[in-house]
Amino acid sequence: MFSASSPKNVTEEVSAEQKAYLAKIRLKRSVILLTQGSIIVVFFILWELLAGWGIIDAFLTSQPSRIYRTIMNLYQEGVLFAHIGITCLETILGFLLGTILGTIIAMLLWWSDFLAKVFEPYLVVLNSLPKIALAPIFIVWIGAGPSSIIVMALAISLIVTIMEVLNGFIAVDPDKVKLVQTFGANRWQTFIKVILPSSFPTIINALKINVGLSWVGVIVGEFLVSKAGIGYLIVYGGQVFQLDLVMASVLILAVAAAAMYKAVVYLEKFLVKW
Amino acid sequence: MLLLENIIEVNHLGMKYHSLNGEITALQHIDFAVKKGEFVCVVGPSGCGKSTLLSMIAGLLPPTSGQILIEGIPVTGASSKVGYMLQKDYLFEWRTILENILLGLEIRKTLSSKSRTYAIELLRTYGLYDFEDKYPQQLSGGMRQRAALIRTLAVQPEILLLDEAFSALDYQTRLVVSEDIYGIIKQENKTAILVTHDIAESISMADRVIVLSRRPAVVKNIYEIQLTCEKRTPISSRNAAEFKLYFNQIWKELDVHV
Repeated sequence: MFSASSPKNVTEEVSAEQKAYLAKIRLKRSVILLTQGSIIVVFFILWELLAGWGIIDAFLTSQPSRIYRTIMNLYQEGVLFAHIGITCLETILGFLLGTILGTIIAMLLWWSDFLAKVFEPYLVVLNSLPKIALAPIFIVWIGAGPSSIIVMALAISLIVTIMEVLNGFIAVDPDKVKLVQTFGANRWQTFIKVILPSSFPTIINALKINVGLSWVGVIVGEFLVSKAGIGYLIVYGGQVFQLDLVMASVLILAVAAAAMYKAVVYLEKFLVKW
Repeated sequence: MLLLENIIEVNHLGMKYHSLNGEITALQHIDFAVKKGEFVCVVGPSGCGKSTLLSMIAGLLPPTSGQILIEGIPVTGASSKVGYMLQKDYLFEWRTILENILLGLEIRKTLSSKSRTYAIELLRTYGLYDFEDKYPQQLSGGMRQRAALIRTLAVQPEILLLDEAFSALDYQTRLVVSEDIYGIIKQENKTAILVTHDIAESISMADRVIVLSRRPAVVKNIYEIQLTCEKRTPISSRNAAEFKLYFNQIWKELDVHV
Protein backbone atom coordinates (compact mmCIF):
# COMPACT_ATOMS: atom_id res chain seq x y z
CA MET A 1 0.00 0.00 0.00
CA PHE A 2 2.92 2.29 0.62
CA SER A 3 5.72 2.29 -1.85
CA ALA A 4 8.80 1.45 0.14
CA SER A 5 10.93 3.61 -2.09
CA SER A 6 14.39 4.62 -1.02
CA PRO A 7 14.11 7.61 1.29
CA LYS A 8 16.70 9.43 -0.77
CA ASN A 9 15.04 11.24 -3.63
CA VAL A 10 18.20 12.65 -5.15
CA THR A 11 18.87 11.18 -8.55
CA GLU A 12 22.32 9.77 -9.18
CA GLU A 13 23.14 11.39 -12.50
CA VAL A 14 23.50 15.16 -12.58
CA SER A 15 22.16 16.96 -15.63
CA ALA A 16 23.97 19.86 -17.30
CA GLU A 17 21.31 22.28 -16.05
CA GLN A 18 21.76 21.04 -12.49
CA LYS A 19 25.53 21.49 -12.81
CA ALA A 20 25.08 25.01 -14.11
CA TYR A 21 22.69 25.75 -11.23
CA LEU A 22 25.13 24.43 -8.64
CA ALA A 23 27.99 26.39 -10.21
CA LYS A 24 25.90 29.56 -10.03
CA ILE A 25 25.16 28.98 -6.33
CA ARG A 26 28.84 28.34 -5.61
CA LEU A 27 29.89 31.47 -7.47
CA LYS A 28 27.44 33.59 -5.53
CA ARG A 29 28.71 32.17 -2.26
CA SER A 30 32.34 32.89 -3.20
CA VAL A 31 31.52 36.47 -4.19
CA ILE A 32 29.86 37.07 -0.81
CA LEU A 33 32.81 35.58 1.08
CA LEU A 34 35.29 37.57 -0.97
CA THR A 35 33.42 40.83 -0.39
CA GLN A 36 33.20 40.14 3.34
CA GLY A 37 36.96 39.50 3.46
CA SER A 38 37.79 42.57 1.37
CA ILE A 39 35.85 44.92 3.62
CA ILE A 40 37.92 44.03 6.68
CA VAL A 41 41.22 44.02 4.77
CA VAL A 42 40.53 47.38 3.09
CA PHE A 43 39.41 48.82 6.43
CA PHE A 44 42.68 47.88 8.15
CA ILE A 45 44.86 48.99 5.23
CA LEU A 46 43.12 52.37 5.06
CA TRP A 47 43.42 52.77 8.81
CA GLU A 48 47.12 51.96 8.69
CA LEU A 49 47.84 54.28 5.73
CA LEU A 50 45.75 57.23 6.93
CA ALA A 51 47.43 57.07 10.34
CA GLY A 52 50.86 56.69 8.71
CA TRP A 53 50.28 59.77 6.48
CA GLY A 54 49.11 61.75 9.48
CA ILE A 55 45.60 62.32 8.09
CA ILE A 56 44.15 60.83 11.24
CA ASP A 57 45.83 61.18 14.63
CA ALA A 58 47.25 57.79 15.62
CA PHE A 59 47.41 58.98 19.22
CA LEU A 60 43.59 59.05 19.27
CA THR A 61 42.75 56.31 16.77
CA SER A 62 45.76 54.04 17.17
CA GLN A 63 46.92 52.09 14.14
CA PRO A 64 46.92 48.40 13.12
CA SER A 65 50.71 48.10 13.27
CA ARG A 66 50.75 49.66 16.76
CA ILE A 67 47.92 47.36 17.84
CA TYR A 68 49.97 44.42 16.61
CA ARG A 69 53.03 45.64 18.55
CA THR A 70 50.93 46.11 21.67
CA ILE A 71 49.59 42.59 21.44
CA MET A 72 53.11 41.21 20.88
CA ASN A 73 54.37 43.15 23.92
CA LEU A 74 51.62 41.72 26.05
CA TYR A 75 52.52 38.31 24.73
CA GLN A 76 56.22 38.75 25.48
CA GLU A 77 55.47 39.97 28.97
CA GLY A 78 53.56 36.71 29.31
CA VAL A 79 50.31 38.36 30.40
CA LEU A 80 48.30 38.22 27.13
CA PHE A 81 46.77 34.82 27.67
CA ALA A 82 46.34 35.43 31.38
CA HIS A 83 44.13 38.44 30.59
CA ILE A 84 42.20 36.63 27.85
CA GLY A 85 41.90 33.51 30.00
CA ILE A 86 40.47 35.21 33.08
CA THR A 87 37.89 37.10 31.03
CA CYS A 88 36.85 34.03 29.03
CA LEU A 89 36.64 31.97 32.21
CA GLU A 90 34.42 34.56 33.88
CA THR A 91 32.23 34.76 30.80
CA ILE A 92 31.89 31.01 30.39
CA LEU A 93 31.07 30.55 34.06
CA GLY A 94 28.52 33.38 34.03
CA PHE A 95 27.05 32.05 30.83
CA LEU A 96 26.81 28.44 31.99
CA LEU A 97 25.44 29.40 35.40
CA GLY A 98 22.89 31.71 33.78
CA THR A 99 21.74 29.06 31.37
CA ILE A 100 21.63 26.16 33.81
CA LEU A 101 20.07 28.10 36.70
CA GLY A 102 17.68 29.82 34.30
CA THR A 103 16.54 26.51 32.84
CA ILE A 104 16.12 24.94 36.29
CA ILE A 105 14.07 27.89 37.54
CA ALA A 106 12.01 27.85 34.32
CA MET A 107 11.38 24.15 35.01
CA LEU A 108 10.12 24.87 38.50
CA LEU A 109 7.83 27.58 37.18
CA TRP A 110 6.54 25.22 34.46
CA TRP A 111 5.99 22.56 37.09
CA SER A 112 3.90 24.74 39.34
CA ASP A 113 1.38 27.03 37.75
CA PHE A 114 0.96 28.64 41.16
CA LEU A 115 4.64 29.62 41.39
CA ALA A 116 4.61 30.90 37.81
CA LYS A 117 1.64 33.14 38.49
CA VAL A 118 3.09 34.37 41.81
CA PHE A 119 6.51 35.24 40.40
CA GLU A 120 5.37 36.71 37.10
CA PRO A 121 5.28 40.39 38.20
CA TYR A 122 8.64 40.02 39.97
CA LEU A 123 10.20 38.61 36.84
CA VAL A 124 8.80 41.46 34.74
CA VAL A 125 10.25 44.08 37.11
CA LEU A 126 13.61 42.33 37.40
CA ASN A 127 13.74 41.98 33.62
CA SER A 128 13.28 45.68 33.03
CA LEU A 129 15.70 46.67 35.79
CA PRO A 130 19.17 47.53 34.41
CA LYS A 131 21.19 44.86 36.17
CA ILE A 132 24.31 47.01 36.06
CA ALA A 133 22.70 49.08 38.81
CA LEU A 134 23.16 46.07 41.06
CA ALA A 135 26.93 45.96 40.53
CA PRO A 136 27.84 48.05 43.63
CA ILE A 137 25.66 45.75 45.75
CA PHE A 138 27.45 42.66 44.47
CA ILE A 139 30.83 44.27 45.08
CA VAL A 140 29.93 45.11 48.66
CA TRP A 141 28.47 41.70 49.32
CA ILE A 142 30.87 39.46 47.47
CA GLY A 143 34.03 41.55 47.33
CA ALA A 144 35.96 43.16 44.50
CA GLY A 145 37.10 40.13 42.55
CA PRO A 146 36.25 37.62 39.89
CA SER A 147 33.29 36.29 41.93
CA SER A 148 31.36 39.55 41.68
CA ILE A 149 32.16 39.74 37.97
CA ILE A 150 30.69 36.26 37.46
CA VAL A 151 27.64 37.18 39.51
CA MET A 152 27.26 40.30 37.37
CA ALA A 153 27.30 38.19 34.19
CA LEU A 154 24.84 35.78 35.78
CA ALA A 155 22.50 38.57 36.86
CA ILE A 156 22.36 39.99 33.35
CA SER A 157 21.55 36.68 31.64
CA LEU A 158 19.47 34.88 34.27
CA ILE A 159 16.11 36.63 34.02
CA VAL A 160 16.07 36.64 30.22
CA THR A 161 16.87 32.93 30.23
CA ILE A 162 14.07 32.14 32.67
CA MET A 163 11.52 34.03 30.59
CA GLU A 164 12.69 32.70 27.22
CA VAL A 165 12.91 29.08 28.32
CA LEU A 166 9.63 29.16 30.25
CA ASN A 167 7.89 30.53 27.17
CA GLY A 168 9.45 27.70 25.19
CA PHE A 169 8.15 25.13 27.69
CA ILE A 170 4.66 26.61 27.63
CA ALA A 171 4.58 26.76 23.83
CA VAL A 172 5.04 22.97 23.45
CA ASP A 173 2.09 21.52 21.52
CA PRO A 174 -0.44 20.33 24.14
CA ASP A 175 -1.28 17.33 21.95
CA LYS A 176 2.31 16.10 22.29
CA VAL A 177 1.79 16.24 26.04
CA LYS A 178 -1.55 14.46 25.65
CA LEU A 179 0.19 11.74 23.67
CA VAL A 180 2.57 10.84 26.51
CA GLN A 181 -0.24 11.13 29.03
CA THR A 182 -2.23 8.49 27.14
CA PHE A 183 0.70 6.22 28.00
CA GLY A 184 0.28 7.26 31.64
CA ALA A 185 3.27 9.62 31.86
CA ASN A 186 3.71 11.46 35.16
CA ARG A 187 4.81 15.09 35.32
CA TRP A 188 8.51 14.29 35.44
CA GLN A 189 8.27 11.91 32.45
CA THR A 190 6.27 14.53 30.57
CA PHE A 191 9.05 17.01 31.21
CA ILE A 192 11.91 14.71 30.29
CA LYS A 193 10.32 13.00 27.28
CA VAL A 194 8.47 15.91 25.69
CA ILE A 195 8.89 19.38 27.17
CA LEU A 196 12.67 19.49 27.44
CA PRO A 197 13.57 17.97 24.05
CA SER A 198 10.85 20.01 22.31
CA SER A 199 12.39 23.12 23.81
CA PHE A 200 15.98 22.48 22.76
CA PRO A 201 15.72 24.98 19.88
CA THR A 202 14.40 27.62 22.32
CA ILE A 203 17.13 26.85 24.83
CA ILE A 204 19.78 27.15 22.14
CA ASN A 205 18.36 30.54 21.18
CA ALA A 206 18.56 31.59 24.82
CA LEU A 207 22.19 30.45 24.81
CA LYS A 208 22.94 32.63 21.81
CA ILE A 209 21.46 35.65 23.54
CA ASN A 210 23.24 34.74 26.77
CA VAL A 211 26.67 34.66 25.20
CA GLY A 212 26.33 38.33 24.30
CA LEU A 213 24.79 39.26 27.64
CA SER A 214 27.48 37.45 29.63
CA TRP A 215 30.17 39.42 27.81
CA VAL A 216 28.38 42.63 28.74
CA GLY A 217 28.21 41.55 32.38
CA VAL A 218 31.86 40.50 32.52
CA ILE A 219 33.25 43.59 30.81
CA VAL A 220 31.16 45.90 32.98
CA GLY A 221 32.27 43.94 36.03
CA GLU A 222 35.91 44.23 35.01
CA PHE A 223 35.51 47.95 34.40
CA LEU A 224 34.42 48.30 38.00
CA VAL A 225 36.54 45.99 40.07
CA SER A 226 39.16 43.93 38.34
CA LYS A 227 42.92 43.90 38.27
CA ALA A 228 43.11 41.62 35.25
CA GLY A 229 41.17 40.74 32.13
CA ILE A 230 40.28 42.33 28.83
CA GLY A 231 37.82 44.75 30.43
CA TYR A 232 40.54 45.81 32.85
CA LEU A 233 42.97 46.44 29.95
CA ILE A 234 40.36 48.58 28.19
CA VAL A 235 39.67 50.72 31.26
CA TYR A 236 43.34 50.94 32.17
CA GLY A 237 44.29 51.91 28.59
CA GLY A 238 41.62 54.58 28.62
CA GLN A 239 42.78 56.01 31.93
CA VAL A 240 46.42 56.29 30.86
CA PHE A 241 45.42 57.47 27.39
CA GLN A 242 46.96 54.48 25.64
CA LEU A 243 44.53 54.00 22.79
CA ASP A 244 46.78 51.28 21.36
CA LEU A 245 45.99 49.13 24.38
CA VAL A 246 42.28 49.94 24.23
CA MET A 247 41.98 49.12 20.54
CA ALA A 248 44.06 45.95 20.90
CA SER A 249 41.81 44.79 23.75
CA VAL A 250 38.62 45.55 21.83
CA LEU A 251 39.96 43.57 18.90
CA ILE A 252 40.79 40.58 21.11
CA LEU A 253 37.36 40.87 22.68
CA ALA A 254 35.66 40.79 19.27
CA VAL A 255 37.55 37.62 18.32
CA ALA A 256 36.85 35.89 21.64
CA ALA A 257 33.13 36.78 21.56
CA ALA A 258 32.81 35.56 17.98
CA ALA A 259 34.57 32.30 18.86
CA MET A 260 32.21 31.68 21.75
CA TYR A 261 29.16 32.38 19.60
CA LYS A 262 30.48 29.93 17.02
CA ALA A 263 30.86 27.34 19.75
CA VAL A 264 27.16 27.68 20.58
CA VAL A 265 26.21 27.33 16.93
CA TYR A 266 28.31 24.19 16.82
CA LEU A 267 26.60 22.92 19.95
CA GLU A 268 23.25 23.52 18.25
CA LYS A 269 24.27 21.33 15.32
CA PHE A 270 25.34 18.68 17.78
CA LEU A 271 22.15 18.78 19.88
CA VAL A 272 19.49 19.47 17.26
CA LYS A 273 20.10 16.73 14.74
CA TRP A 274 16.64 16.43 13.25
CA MET B 1 -20.56 -11.31 17.96
CA LEU B 2 -23.47 -11.31 20.37
CA LEU B 3 -21.83 -13.96 22.50
CA LEU B 4 -18.82 -11.76 23.17
CA GLU B 5 -18.79 -9.77 26.36
CA ASN B 6 -18.73 -6.00 26.57
CA ILE B 7 -15.16 -4.78 26.86
CA ILE B 8 -16.23 -1.16 27.40
CA GLU B 9 -19.34 0.01 29.18
CA VAL B 10 -20.24 3.66 29.31
CA ASN B 11 -22.86 4.26 31.98
CA HIS B 12 -24.80 7.46 32.22
CA LEU B 13 -21.79 9.56 31.48
CA GLY B 14 -21.93 13.35 31.81
CA MET B 15 -19.36 16.10 31.49
CA LYS B 16 -19.53 19.76 32.42
CA TYR B 17 -16.89 22.37 31.74
CA HIS B 18 -16.50 25.32 34.04
CA SER B 19 -15.27 28.76 33.13
CA LEU B 20 -15.62 32.25 34.54
CA ASN B 21 -18.48 32.85 32.11
CA GLY B 22 -20.46 29.93 33.46
CA GLU B 23 -20.64 26.21 32.95
CA ILE B 24 -21.11 24.28 29.73
CA THR B 25 -22.65 20.84 29.62
CA ALA B 26 -20.69 18.99 26.97
CA LEU B 27 -22.20 15.53 27.34
CA GLN B 28 -25.06 14.09 29.32
CA HIS B 29 -26.68 10.70 29.87
CA ILE B 30 -24.35 8.87 27.50
CA ASP B 31 -24.91 5.11 27.57
CA PHE B 32 -23.41 2.53 25.27
CA ALA B 33 -21.29 -0.58 25.29
CA VAL B 34 -18.62 -1.91 22.98
CA LYS B 35 -17.99 -5.60 22.46
CA LYS B 36 -14.59 -7.20 22.15
CA GLY B 37 -13.27 -6.97 18.60
CA GLU B 38 -15.90 -4.48 17.55
CA PHE B 39 -15.18 -1.35 15.52
CA VAL B 40 -17.39 1.49 16.70
CA CYS B 41 -17.53 4.99 15.22
CA VAL B 42 -18.82 8.04 17.02
CA VAL B 43 -20.09 10.83 14.79
CA GLY B 44 -21.58 14.13 15.76
CA PRO B 45 -21.57 17.80 14.86
CA SER B 46 -18.29 19.61 15.50
CA GLY B 47 -17.88 20.78 19.08
CA CYS B 48 -20.38 18.27 20.46
CA GLY B 49 -17.86 16.65 22.78
CA LYS B 50 -16.79 13.60 20.76
CA SER B 51 -13.14 14.04 21.67
CA THR B 52 -14.07 14.71 25.30
CA LEU B 53 -15.79 11.33 25.30
CA LEU B 54 -12.61 9.61 24.08
CA SER B 55 -10.45 11.48 26.60
CA MET B 56 -12.73 10.20 29.36
CA ILE B 57 -12.56 6.62 28.11
CA ALA B 58 -8.77 6.95 27.97
CA GLY B 59 -8.78 8.10 31.59
CA LEU B 60 -7.29 11.51 30.79
CA LEU B 61 -10.33 13.40 32.00
CA PRO B 62 -12.52 12.45 34.96
CA PRO B 63 -16.23 12.55 34.07
CA THR B 64 -18.54 14.85 36.04
CA SER B 65 -21.09 12.09 36.44
CA GLY B 66 -21.53 8.44 35.50
CA GLN B 67 -18.72 5.97 34.97
CA ILE B 68 -16.83 3.98 32.40
CA LEU B 69 -15.97 0.32 32.85
CA ILE B 70 -13.19 -1.38 30.94
CA GLU B 71 -13.37 -5.14 31.35
CA GLY B 72 -15.65 -4.46 34.30
CA ILE B 73 -13.20 -2.19 36.13
CA PRO B 74 -13.99 1.53 36.53
CA VAL B 75 -11.59 3.87 34.72
CA THR B 76 -9.73 6.16 37.12
CA GLY B 77 -6.58 7.05 35.18
CA ALA B 78 -4.69 6.24 31.99
CA SER B 79 -5.35 2.53 31.50
CA SER B 80 -2.80 0.10 30.13
CA LYS B 81 -5.61 -1.59 28.20
CA VAL B 82 -6.13 1.50 26.08
CA GLY B 83 -4.11 2.91 23.20
CA TYR B 84 -4.84 6.38 21.88
CA MET B 85 -4.25 7.81 18.42
CA LEU B 86 -4.45 11.52 17.82
CA GLN B 87 -5.30 13.53 14.75
CA LYS B 88 -1.67 14.05 13.83
CA ASP B 89 1.00 11.41 14.25
CA TYR B 90 3.01 13.48 16.79
CA LEU B 91 6.10 11.42 16.14
CA PHE B 92 8.89 13.20 18.02
CA GLU B 93 11.26 14.73 15.52
CA TRP B 94 14.24 14.23 17.84
CA ARG B 95 13.70 10.46 18.00
CA THR B 96 14.25 7.90 15.29
CA ILE B 97 11.27 5.80 14.20
CA LEU B 98 12.35 2.94 16.46
CA GLU B 99 12.87 5.29 19.43
CA ASN B 100 9.45 6.81 18.76
CA ILE B 101 7.84 3.41 18.74
CA LEU B 102 9.44 2.49 22.06
CA LEU B 103 8.13 5.69 23.71
CA GLY B 104 5.08 4.09 25.30
CA LEU B 105 7.11 1.19 26.64
CA GLU B 106 9.66 3.60 28.14
CA ILE B 107 6.96 5.63 29.87
CA ARG B 108 5.20 2.55 31.21
CA LYS B 109 8.58 1.17 32.26
CA THR B 110 7.83 -2.07 30.43
CA LEU B 111 10.73 -1.83 28.01
CA SER B 112 12.43 -5.20 28.05
CA SER B 113 14.19 -7.22 25.41
CA LYS B 114 10.89 -9.05 24.93
CA SER B 115 8.71 -5.98 24.44
CA ARG B 116 11.41 -4.44 22.28
CA THR B 117 11.46 -7.51 20.05
CA TYR B 118 7.67 -7.32 19.81
CA ALA B 119 7.84 -3.68 18.70
CA ILE B 120 10.50 -4.45 16.12
CA GLU B 121 8.41 -7.38 14.93
CA LEU B 122 5.50 -4.96 14.38
CA LEU B 123 7.79 -2.70 12.37
CA ARG B 124 8.81 -5.67 10.27
CA THR B 125 5.22 -6.89 9.76
CA TYR B 126 4.02 -3.48 8.67
CA GLY B 127 6.87 -2.59 6.37
CA LEU B 128 8.68 0.06 8.38
CA TYR B 129 11.65 -2.04 9.42
CA ASP B 130 13.95 -0.39 6.87
CA PHE B 131 13.08 2.98 8.34
CA GLU B 132 13.76 2.25 12.01
CA ASP B 133 16.85 4.48 12.10
CA LYS B 134 15.27 7.28 10.09
CA TYR B 135 13.87 10.43 11.61
CA PRO B 136 10.11 11.11 11.14
CA GLN B 137 10.82 13.96 8.72
CA GLN B 138 12.13 11.44 6.24
CA LEU B 139 8.82 9.52 6.06
CA SER B 140 5.68 10.22 4.06
CA GLY B 141 2.45 11.24 5.82
CA GLY B 142 0.94 7.77 5.43
CA MET B 143 4.02 6.02 6.76
CA ARG B 144 4.15 8.40 9.71
CA GLN B 145 0.53 7.60 10.60
CA ARG B 146 1.37 3.93 10.34
CA ALA B 147 4.38 4.45 12.62
CA ALA B 148 2.07 6.24 15.07
CA LEU B 149 -0.25 3.23 15.08
CA ILE B 150 2.66 0.88 15.70
CA ARG B 151 3.76 3.11 18.61
CA THR B 152 0.26 2.61 20.05
CA LEU B 153 0.25 -1.13 19.36
CA ALA B 154 3.70 -1.62 20.89
CA VAL B 155 2.25 -1.35 24.41
CA GLN B 156 -0.21 -4.12 23.49
CA PRO B 157 -3.51 -2.38 24.25
CA GLU B 158 -6.82 -4.24 23.95
CA ILE B 159 -8.68 -1.14 22.85
CA LEU B 160 -7.70 1.53 20.37
CA LEU B 161 -9.18 4.98 20.59
CA LEU B 162 -8.83 6.94 17.36
CA ASP B 163 -9.48 10.65 17.74
CA GLU B 164 -10.13 12.01 14.23
CA ALA B 165 -7.08 9.94 13.41
CA PHE B 166 -7.24 10.58 9.67
CA SER B 167 -8.55 14.14 9.55
CA ALA B 168 -5.18 15.82 9.12
CA LEU B 169 -4.41 13.88 5.93
CA ASP B 170 -5.39 14.93 2.43
CA TYR B 171 -8.33 13.05 0.90
CA GLN B 172 -6.49 10.42 -1.14
CA THR B 173 -3.93 9.67 1.55
CA ARG B 174 -6.75 9.46 4.01
CA LEU B 175 -8.57 6.74 2.07
CA VAL B 176 -5.37 4.74 1.75
CA VAL B 177 -4.34 5.24 5.37
CA SER B 178 -7.78 4.36 6.75
CA GLU B 179 -7.75 1.20 4.64
CA ASP B 180 -4.28 0.45 5.95
CA ILE B 181 -4.98 1.16 9.63
CA TYR B 182 -8.30 -0.72 9.46
CA GLY B 183 -6.46 -3.75 8.08
CA ILE B 184 -3.89 -3.62 10.87
CA ILE B 185 -6.52 -3.22 13.59
CA LYS B 186 -8.48 -6.21 12.26
CA GLN B 187 -5.36 -8.29 11.84
CA GLU B 188 -4.28 -7.54 15.42
CA ASN B 189 -7.82 -8.27 16.62
CA LYS B 190 -8.26 -5.04 18.52
CA THR B 191 -11.39 -3.31 19.67
CA ALA B 192 -11.58 0.22 18.28
CA ILE B 193 -13.55 3.40 18.78
CA LEU B 194 -13.10 6.01 16.07
CA VAL B 195 -14.35 9.53 16.59
CA THR B 196 -14.91 11.39 13.35
CA HIS B 197 -17.02 14.08 11.76
CA ASP B 198 -16.84 12.29 8.41
CA ILE B 199 -20.06 10.29 7.94
CA ALA B 200 -18.73 8.28 4.98
CA GLU B 201 -15.59 7.37 6.89
CA SER B 202 -17.64 6.16 9.84
CA ILE B 203 -19.92 3.93 7.73
CA SER B 204 -16.99 2.57 5.75
CA MET B 205 -15.18 1.35 8.87
CA ALA B 206 -17.69 0.72 11.60
CA ASP B 207 -19.68 -2.25 12.82
CA ARG B 208 -21.81 0.29 14.63
CA VAL B 209 -22.13 4.04 14.31
CA ILE B 210 -23.11 6.05 17.38
CA VAL B 211 -24.66 9.39 16.46
CA LEU B 212 -24.36 12.18 19.01
CA SER B 213 -26.56 15.27 19.04
CA ARG B 214 -25.46 18.85 19.30
CA ARG B 215 -24.34 20.16 22.69
CA PRO B 216 -25.34 19.14 25.29
CA ALA B 217 -24.70 15.88 23.47
CA VAL B 218 -26.82 12.79 24.00
CA VAL B 219 -26.80 9.54 22.03
CA LYS B 220 -29.29 10.22 19.27
CA ASN B 221 -29.19 6.87 17.60
CA ILE B 222 -27.02 3.81 17.14
CA TYR B 223 -26.81 2.18 13.71
CA GLU B 224 -25.77 -1.41 13.14
CA ILE B 225 -23.92 -1.23 9.85
CA GLN B 226 -24.57 -4.29 7.70
CA LEU B 227 -23.18 -4.05 4.23
CA THR B 228 -23.36 -6.63 1.49
CA CYS B 229 -19.93 -6.80 0.05
CA GLU B 230 -17.41 -9.57 -0.50
CA LYS B 231 -14.53 -8.84 1.78
CA ARG B 232 -15.25 -5.79 3.83
CA THR B 233 -12.63 -3.03 3.88
CA PRO B 234 -13.20 0.72 4.15
CA ILE B 235 -12.85 1.19 0.39
CA SER B 236 -14.97 -1.79 -0.68
CA SER B 237 -17.63 -0.75 1.83
CA ARG B 238 -18.14 2.44 -0.07
CA ASN B 239 -19.42 0.44 -3.05
CA ALA B 240 -22.02 -1.49 -1.07
CA ALA B 241 -25.63 -0.79 -2.02
CA GLU B 242 -26.61 0.06 1.56
CA PHE B 243 -23.84 2.61 1.99
CA LYS B 244 -25.88 5.48 0.59
CA LEU B 245 -28.94 4.61 2.67
CA TYR B 246 -26.93 4.74 5.87
CA PHE B 247 -25.29 7.94 4.73
CA ASN B 248 -28.62 9.67 4.12
CA GLN B 249 -30.09 8.48 7.42
CA ILE B 250 -27.11 9.67 9.46
CA TRP B 251 -26.91 12.91 7.52
CA LYS B 252 -30.55 13.67 8.39
CA GLU B 253 -29.94 12.64 11.97
CA LEU B 254 -27.03 15.05 12.34
CA ASP B 255 -29.23 17.89 11.16
CA VAL B 256 -26.34 20.11 10.13
CA HIS B 257 -26.89 23.83 9.84
CA VAL B 258 -24.37 26.43 8.87
